[in-house]
Amino acid sequence: MNGRLWAKRILVLAFWLGVWALLAGLVERELLLPGPWEVAKRLFALTATWGFWHITLVSLGRILLGAALGTALGVALAIGTSRFAFLRTVLSPVLSVIKAVPVASFILLVLIWVGRDILPCVIVVLMVAPVVWSSVSAGIRTTDRELLELARVYRFSPWRTLKRVYAPSVGPYFLAACHTCLGLAWKSGVAAEVLTVPVRSIGRELFEAKLYLESVDLFAWTVVVVLCSTALEKILSAAVTGLGRRPAWGGERP
Amino acid sequence: MIWFENVRLSYGDKVVFPGESLHIAPGERVALMGPSGSGKTSLLRMAAGLTKPTSGRVQVNARRLAYAFQEPRLMPWRTAAENVNVVLSDQPATMPEARRWLAAVGLSEAADKFPAELSGGMKQRLELARALAYDGDLLLLDEPTKELDAETKRVIMLLLREHVKGRTLLMATHDMAEATVLAERIYVIDRDGILPAQMQ
Repeated sequence: MNGRLWAKRILVLAFWLGVWALLAGLVERELLLPGPWEVAKRLFALTATWGFWHITLVSLGRILLGAALGTALGVALAIGTSRFAFLRTVLSPVLSVIKAVPVASFILLVLIWVGRDILPCVIVVLMVAPVVWSSVSAGIRTTDRELLELARVYRFSPWRTLKRVYAPSVGPYFLAACHTCLGLAWKSGVAAEVLTVPVRSIGRELFEAKLYLESVDLFAWTVVVVLCSTALEKILSAAVTGLGRRPAWGGERP
Repeated sequence: MIWFENVRLSYGDKVVFPGESLHIAPGERVALMGPSGSGKTSLLRMAAGLTKPTSGRVQVNARRLAYAFQEPRLMPWRTAAENVNVVLSDQPATMPEARRWLAAVGLSEAADKFPAELSGGMKQRLELARALAYDGDLLLLDEPTKELDAETKRVIMLLLREHVKGRTLLMATHDMAEATVLAERIYVIDRDGILPAQMQ
């Protein structure tokens, strides 16, 4: 990335921090709108504690585990429903229902059946799986039938067919789904934590900050959520770009 | 090796074969000729198990079947050498063998190129190299030299003549010279069915 772009980004960030500081100065009440300086101070104070890192890592781990399980489930469902028509007929309404039901309804419903500590993970699975399912199914549908015939004639093993025919066709769809799902997983996971307040979670910190009218804490933890989301997205983007360039995932060909 | 028994094939209202029979013995080399749309490719596809007859029976007793499709079926994300190697072990160990087959069809320079970088004729030679590399006891060739210029066609014909020996061959072609060089029996497919042609 060149220096000019960085300078542009820093200027944009400075502009919005300025707007925030100006509004906070106009409001003059920390309870309603704390300024960026107070929030930054609180954030630095938080990062100096072991508890902050513990909470952040537990939340991150819980959400990433849910995202991984949701992705695996979505892929399995896509393969199953593409292979067996009856499974597609049976499961298609489930996909429509899951897509239509609001996250909050899911959280309250699932809370009846599972403990609050694993609920955010379950919610993330429910949010991620349908997206991966739809996307990978679309990839499977667009796989070149002629290449599948080639695989049949030359008696490719299922593994070779998967690796050499399906993966390059489905790869771009899968990677796009992963990209979409990370943001979705993070948002729905934190929302589930806020509503179920599991021990050691960012959601609990947000909820308690709101409950005790600790606006500075609320803003500081929200900044943590934004920073984590941005960092995860950057890491995933780099991975997706790297994988997407590989021929096995449908890239690097004229 | 291949039995077509009272094979009827129709696509909707269009009847391709009303009920044809043909037997090809092991090691026999047979060419199918006929106008476009007469059903040559359909017969090859039925032999490969890719198209099911509407009625009748197709039985193929082949250990390994290699098929050079009329429209080359190449993986766009794999190089020419990798496209051949995929029917070998698909491991780096057989890449030299894949390259040898490419050299045999005059494509050594294009071994590391992707299909999109190859001309129509080069793609067809790549398709042939892959079919020959597979070492099938049954070889299905669908218009194998259609896209080739005269000189390349001569070289490929010589190569094919050498490599079809001892194998069962079923090929579709429009070219009588190609049919007589490679096949022992020629059948003509027309509206009267599959009829043996008079060989000189």
